[in-house]
Amino acid sequence: MDMSGEYRIEASIDQVWAAIQNPDILKAAIPGCEELDKTSDTEMSAKVSLKIGPVKAKFAGEVELQDMIEPTSLKIQGEGKGGIAGFAKGGADVQLAADGDETILTYTAKAQVGGKIAQLGSRLIQSTAAKLADKFFANLKDQLANT
Amino acid sequence: MSEGIGTRVLRKEDKRFLTGKGRYTDDIVEPNQAYAAFVRSPHAHAEINGIDKSAALAMEGVVDVLDGHQLTGDEIGNIICGWGITSKDGTPMNMGAWSALATAKVRYVGDAVCVVIADTKAQAQAAAEAVDVDYNVLPAVSNVLASMADGAPQIHENAPGNQIFDWEIGLKDETDAALAGAAHTTTMDITNNRLSPNPMEPRSAVATYNEAEDHYTLYTTSQNPHVARLVLSAFYNVAPEHKLRVIAPDVGGGFGAKIYIYPEEITCLWASMKTERSIKWTSTRSEAFLTDAHGRDHVSTATMGFDANNKIVGFKVNTKANLGGYMSLFSSSVPTYLYATLLSGQYNIPAVYADVQTYYTNTVPVDAYRGAGRPEASYLVERMMETAARELGVDPGELRRANFVQEFPHQTPVIMAYDSGDFAGNLDQAKAAADVAGFEGRKAEAARRGKLRGLGYSNYIEACGIAPSAAVGSLGAGVGLWESAEVRVNPVGTIEILTGSHSHGQGHETTFAQLVSDRFDLPTDNIQIVHGDTDKVQFGMGTYGSRSGAVGMSAISKALDKVEAKVKKIAAHVLEASEDDIVIEGGEVKVKGTDKAMGWHEVGLSAYTAHNLPEGMEPGLKEGAFYDPTNFTFPAGCYICEVEVDPKTGVTEIVQFTASDDFGTIINPMIVEGQVHGGIAQGIGQALLEHAVYDDDGQLLSGSYMDYTMPRADDLPFYNVNHHSTECPGNPLGMKGCGEAGAIGSPPAVINAITSAIGNNNLSMPATPAKVWAAINEVSAAQAAE
Repeated sequence: MDMSGEYRIEASIDQVWAAIQNPDILKAAIPGCEELDKTSDTEMSAKVSLKIGPVKAKFAGEVELQDMIEPTSLKIQGEGKGGIAGFAKGGADVQLAADGDETILTYTAKAQVGGKIAQLGSRLIQSTAAKLADKFFANLKDQLANT
Repeated sequence: MSEGIGTRVLRKEDKRFLTGKGRYTDDIVEPNQAYAAFVRSPHAHAEINGIDKSAALAMEGVVDVLDGHQLTGDEIGNIICGWGITSKDGTPMNMGAWSALATAKVRYVGDAVCVVIADTKAQAQAAAEAVDVDYNVLPAVSNVLASMADGAPQIHENAPGNQIFDWEIGLKDETDAALAGAAHTTTMDITNNRLSPNPMEPRSAVATYNEAEDHYTLYTTSQNPHVARLVLSAFYNVAPEHKLRVIAPDVGGGFGAKIYIYPEEITCLWASMKTERSIKWTSTRSEAFLTDAHGRDHVSTATMGFDANNKIVGFKVNTKANLGGYMSLFSSSVPTYLYATLLSGQYNIPAVYADVQTYYTNTVPVDAYRGAGRPEASYLVERMMETAARELGVDPGELRRANFVQEFPHQTPVIMAYDSGDFAGNLDQAKAAADVAGFEGRKAEAARRGKLRGLGYSNYIEACGIAPSAAVGSLGAGVGLWESAEVRVNPVGTIEILTGSHSHGQGHETTFAQLVSDRFDLPTDNIQIVHGDTDKVQFGMGTYGSRSGAVGMSAISKALDKVEAKVKKIAAHVLEASEDDIVIEGGEVKVKGTDKAMGWHEVGLSAYTAHNLPEGMEPGLKEGAFYDPTNFTFPAGCYICEVEVDPKTGVTEIVQFTASDDFGTIINPMIVEGQVHGGIAQGIGQALLEHAVYDDDGQLLSGSYMDYTMPRADDLPFYNVNHHSTECPGNPLGMKGCGEAGAIGSPPAVINAITSAIGNNNLSMPATPAKVWAAINEVSAAQAAE
């Protein structure tokens, strides 16, 4: 499954760059995120509760930031296990570009799901994922506005 | 008597089924019963690095968590394939090991890794979620083309290139020569879509080990409980045969998917011994999609050659079949002896050749599903015939007629020897019933409404009544396919028929009773059919391949012969007459032409009191018989489908469906019509709606009824069902079998009708609106380009 999107964020590129590596901001921005801990400079572990179609599950996952070119691009690689609900893994290429005082964030992502989520929710994943992405960036904007 | 052969007796079993009082496996409750939940792989292909059960074991109500190493440690045997196929080069098939619980590797999504036993179902399911399996995920393949590609991941070590066997049948050189010299050849690439079986009742098992008696009992949703007992004891080592009772009580549909002995039944029996608890497992519908053996999934290329007079001179087929992650019980026979042996269709073809390669993929095993191989053959042959007729510019019905086998017996180049039939008679009957003559008028009228109307034929033939034991043995079958029966006349004259067949929707309790009613002129209410319990019935091969009439009832008929002979001896002795003068009618046993008679019940009583029996006669009135068929039977027929396609949306409506079937002797026309209706519904489901789809990583995308479309009433027409029968010479009742014909004959009729309507032969099943719409636009685009 492929996804992509573009968002305008009312903050400077440096602020956005810092925010997407800040576990507190991320925890508040990721929909359903219950725990998020930084385990190294580029690695985080997270617990996220999600509902995709009829499947509700708590995912425990690891996220790694790769190919970081400050402050313009990075790759986010992640993998989550939702127990009997299945698993999700994928990666996103994120690009940041300054536009005056604001920042344009674009991303392309590839995701793979398995187990019950794939069996029951495959038709709903694309729309659910798009909705979650929108919510994440809306939350991120709010977080940045508050800082 | 009005309940004999050929009468529409209402089904005796329907009272309990229609009032919700059937007794299915999940209705069985044993004392001290615990519940099983399986931990299944979410990955299509992975190595198991380790299993952490600690969290699950600590949960409330959990009795135990058992894994594959414990199972194999107890020497529970690997799951077998019961039909050995030899490749072209003489080597045996490459069968990979299949343990009921995976040990080192999982090979499809849903492969069972552990079983959790707990006091309640909810506790078992919750604990199954808590079992942490550490997988090393491997690349996966989900279709034959990916599986056979260079560098594809290896699924079983002993199957290089994932190939299981490369088999052939027929006359290769003669076929090549015939095609080279043909005046016209038609070539098509044809895919037979993969299907999920959907019996209304999901699979279920209740296993009990009784330590005090060292005895096992298994209630299970099986089409063949005797075969299950044999395999569970002889191959899987679960229990010795005389210490294992298998009961298949009411079973809510099988369609092939309940022939096999699955990992869950094996595991529940073994776990019952390990935990000393009765163990119940009932599949959820989600598990059924993942783990019930799928059907079909063939990719073929075929070429048919004709001479200048439109006679078929040769037919050559290559088929690649997907058998899934492991070889299921009859998986190897489906794309070989149940498929390629029918590639001669209803036609006199001097040269036929087929070769078949089968492959492992990271999908659930593929095995027999209603029709099993024969739908694939009839789809191929009948789409070829229709397309060839269009290419040759001749009427599709008449091209078939010109090539029909007309003399019987007819030896085809692919093993089968057809014993009887009147193919032209079925064609004529169907054409008249479908008013083919009026089609052009209906088409013009539809065109005025903006609809594309099309008509398609399917002249199917199939092989049922499986099967002569020596013949199938010589072809690799691991068992004989005879049937057994026992007739017990009670001292009060009522009768119990014990049969090795199994009824899971077929109505045996009615039709088998009609056979006895016909013979002894007794009401069917006085006759009870007993089946599905290995403690009651000695042995039997079960129900599949439309065999219960032709084989199962023939066994009953043989046992009835013996009972009838003894009844006549007893009556002749008591009534002081000659045996030859004794007749059985109207509830009495009489001396012909006199008023001397005994009541039927009096003969029974005489046999058991034994006060006045002929000298040397044993008391009692009970006889058994085994019947081994002499040949396959060959149900055949002509189906004509008429559709209207909306060119704007690609939506197909089946507006008329006409059947003319030759099933030989019909015991109960109502039940036979029901079988035809259900079979056609399944065939229309395959043709228009159903498709089991895995993504490239082996995840099942059609894993629920949100994504797997079953036919509903509004997808189906009223059927016009007719019979034009020839008697089968191969069995005492003249029966051919009717259980699968509808599903075998209907898919090509539907697709031929749609392709006729849209003027494009390039269409695959399921013909969804999107595909039909695209095919219509392909034609429009080609026309615009010209």
